[in-house]
Amino acid sequence: MTHTGVDEAPSRNAAPGGGRRVRLAVFLGLGLLLALLLAGVVSSAASSQPDGLDATAREGCTFNSDDEITGGDCLAKSARDHDLADSPLADYGIRGVDNSFLSTGLSGVAGVLLVAAIGGGLFWVLRRRGPAGD
Amino acid sequence: MMREALCRPSEGEALEPTGTPVAMHVSDGIINLPVSAAFGALAVAWIALALVKARRDLDDRLAPMAGLVAAFIFAVQMLNFPVLPGVSGHLLGGALAVILVGPWVGALCVATVLLVQALLFADGGLSALGLNVTNMAVITTLVAYGVVALALRVLPKNRLGVVVASFVAATVSVVVASQGFVGEYALGGEVDKALGPISATMAGVHLLIGIGEGLITATTVATVAAVRPDLVYALRRYRAPQLLITPATVPTGSNA
Repeated sequence: MTHTGVDEAPSRNAAPGGGRRVRLAVFLGLGLLLALLLAGVVSSAASSQPDGLDATAREGCTFNSDDEITGGDCLAKSARDHDLADSPLADYGIRGVDNSFLSTGLSGVAGVLLVAAIGGGLFWVLRRRGPAGD
Repeated sequence: MMREALCRPSEGEALEPTGTPVAMHVSDGIINLPVSAAFGALAVAWIALALVKARRDLDDRLAPMAGLVAAFIFAVQMLNFPVLPGVSGHLLGGALAVILVGPWVGALCVATVLLVQALLFADGGLSALGLNVTNMAVITTLVAYGVVALALRVLPKNRLGVVVASFVAATVSVVVASQGFVGEYALGGEVDKALGPISATMAGVHLLIGIGEGLITATTVATVAAVRPDLVYALRRYRAPQLLITPATVPTGSNA
């Protein structure tokens, strides 16, 4: 990334501990690597219990082993399946990959790269041109 | 750096190793179409405003940082952590985005994540996209921005102050976002149930989730602030004099 004279002034280049600060490209690369590891590897250890909203929406209903509502009254009763439930990455998996670790991990990697590309591209196009401001 | 939050002791409940991540997004059918459409319009208007306002903050340094923040939020949203027996939660990310890249760019970061999740990952209904953007991209960033501004009137305007403020902002923003859903349900819920218990359950569970989000947010902000304090929007904006090493480092940029 381009740096300006202001940005690179020696006093601002120094980290509070006295060392030089990490270059922006290095910081971004390490950050992306961390995001890829979290989405690609750690994601398989995530809890698959209903989240706070789901748990609230399910309150009052009974469910069978296939997670279908068998009775009672709850917000989830009116919920519909997602319109794109058949998409190749639906539910954070890759359709056709049976190994759940690979399926979840690869879908996470794909998602991180897609979001980085779409978000990064949008922000790069939107940015003010010229030297980095403060 | 997510480890503490992820592996927090959780009353002996084992993490399920092969879980499919689930996310705290509203599905289609829970809120009726007219109310969903109204929030869709609100979300579109807010995003349009954010696209205009974000330009002031976006420069050659913040633009790639914001892309990374969006990707990081997507990744951490996959990491559901247990909060109660049988109940999990994950980061929403609005507070983290506000503190690292500012309120307008931050709202766009979360909205980008929600759009990709709804269109490609079948997470969060298509008709409910406006509801989800309102709760998780608009409410969280507005609340977090307000909490950080208020907190830094009391806390020291330095790294420690911003880290503490980020914990509080994240926690409060998640609880308020949960009540955003309750408001939407009050306006257009398809199933008729009493509001009070739903509001209380949502608030209670999301307080726990919010504490998890606060820990993740504070850890992340502390890490970025230690490595590249100039990449923390809240530190730049509220910078206290002691962060400047010499008077000569007073910013001389174009908009200073």
